[in-house]
Amino acid sequence: MGIIKGKCWKFGANVDTDLIIPARYLNTSDPVELAKHVMEDASPSFAGKVGKGDIIVADENFGCGSSREHAPIAIKTAGVSLVIAPFFARIFYRNAFNMGLPILECEAAVKDIVEGDEITADLATGEIKNLTKGNTYKAEPIPPFMMELIDAGGLMNYTMKTMAN
Amino acid sequence: MGMTITEKILADHAGREKVTPGELVTCDVDIALGNDITAPIAIKAFEGAGAKKVYDTEKVVLVPDHFVPNKDIASAQQAQIMRLFAKDQKITNYFEVGQMGIEHALLPERSLTLPGDIIIGADSHTCTYGALGAFSTGVGSTDLAATMITGKIWLRVPETMKFVFNGKKKNKWISGKDYILYTIGKIGVSGALYRAMEFTGSMIEEATMDDRFSLANMAVEAGAKNGIVHTDRKTLDFINSQDQKPSREYKVYESDDDANYHSVHEFNGDDIDLQVAFPHLPENTKPVAEAKNIKLDQVVVGSCTNGRLADLEVVAGLLKGQKVADGVRMIIIPATQKIYKQAMARGYVETFIDAGAVFSTPTCGPCLGGHMGILAEGEKCLATTNRNFVGRMGHPKSEVYLASPAIAAASAVTGVITDPADIAGE
Repeated sequence: MGIIKGKCWKFGANVDTDLIIPARYLNTSDPVELAKHVMEDASPSFAGKVGKGDIIVADENFGCGSSREHAPIAIKTAGVSLVIAPFFARIFYRNAFNMGLPILECEAAVKDIVEGDEITADLATGEIKNLTKGNTYKAEPIPPFMMELIDAGGLMNYTMKTMAN
Repeated sequence: MGMTITEKILADHAGREKVTPGELVTCDVDIALGNDITAPIAIKAFEGAGAKKVYDTEKVVLVPDHFVPNKDIASAQQAQIMRLFAKDQKITNYFEVGQMGIEHALLPERSLTLPGDIIIGADSHTCTYGALGAFSTGVGSTDLAATMITGKIWLRVPETMKFVFNGKKKNKWISGKDYILYTIGKIGVSGALYRAMEFTGSMIEEATMDDRFSLANMAVEAGAKNGIVHTDRKTLDFINSQDQKPSREYKVYESDDDANYHSVHEFNGDDIDLQVAFPHLPENTKPVAEAKNIKLDQVVVGSCTNGRLADLEVVAGLLKGQKVADGVRMIIIPATQKIYKQAMARGYVETFIDAGAVFSTPTCGPCLGGHMGILAEGEKCLATTNRNFVGRMGHPKSEVYLASPAIAAASAVTGVITDPADIAGE
């Protein structure tokens, strides 16, 4: 697993799954279609501006609400390489690891990073470096089982590997 | 140290004597649920992994309920993916339009969800079945796909928060919806994050099963993994009164007296008023007295939270001989076909139509802004549903106020948010 590097986009607290991908677009599960509307009701211009490798930095309880996996799918397909928040809503947290969207929990990073900052993040160590400001933050370590899921390439690969054994 | 009901259910399903909060366990799953929004992604993952057969053709339950009867071609394609999969896999508990209802009302009616079960569903309101004394929680589509293959799920054992409702409810209009809105107002939308919410006390013992379903249903709105109520005589009577009998044994679990809780929250009935959650979070709750006179464009009664018979009964009682106010659209959606028929037999449907309300076939519909009552820019709706996020029921600049069926009915009559006691002449 390499180091993630990207430009940050900031969002507030309690970004719910209706803000991430409104239900009016849930009549499809096509990742490319979903990505066109990512974060639409939080920031209507976001989908047009976000670039490959960019990073979402949001305040607490990111992804609350629905279980829709369309939310992490839309974020990942839009090119977002990482989401950082102080903590995530439970189902979103599971979904992100299950389908391979990297996330980190780090309140210090969320407080200090401003939109447009360039950062790097090392998922294995949890170290986040703000290249724009020169500051460093330490994220909560990713639990060992979640690292296993990441290493396996998501829950489905992990499941089929476990079944084969 | 003893265990909570949640810990006991997880331990038994993991083949363990004891579990402790924080540890990861792999549990056997009694019911794995998907719907027309979430199942297509799960099916794609299932097939993409090369899986051939679901682990149990009776335990995988598929319910088209969100965008059905289908609202457009794209949603029809999604429903078709699930329909064809159910046929191909010989899933016995697939409920086509005509049999279906809103999943979390339908499954208990069909005796598919039972006390002591572990139920996972690719729908966040899967926590509803906690009302029966089951461990039930929402997951994503990939989790559902993995469980459809293995019959198992990994779970982190949650800490349990205990909520004790002491005393009696203040008046007859107070319902399970008010208990849970009050609770979310107290602890916030992440106040129970990753944890179990165990509801006890005299008011919960007194509560009807329909009230308990509403209560457990919204545990997720406080961030909880599950909400749970102890199984008692009322629960067993509910199960025994269903037309369809359980096809398997079930076990009733109790929390030990010396179980360990993350925290204990004691509430008193005297402090719990009728609640209204203001836009745009379910934690923005106020007593109805502080919400009065907010002008409404639409009122919705329905959803997995409040589309049950007792909910329709309250609404019919208040609408009898009354008219929906000019300028208000009232939409009433029974949660299942059975509830639909009961509402007809009891004359509620006639009352609704005479009052000028719409009575719909079961669907999640407007609750998530799907169809059957989408809001235009600037409109305000009072709904018995469970979420009032930005854009939840339509335009991002529309507003949803969450409340009980009693407040919904009273507000439909006056056109502004209203305490039911004000129109019931009390």
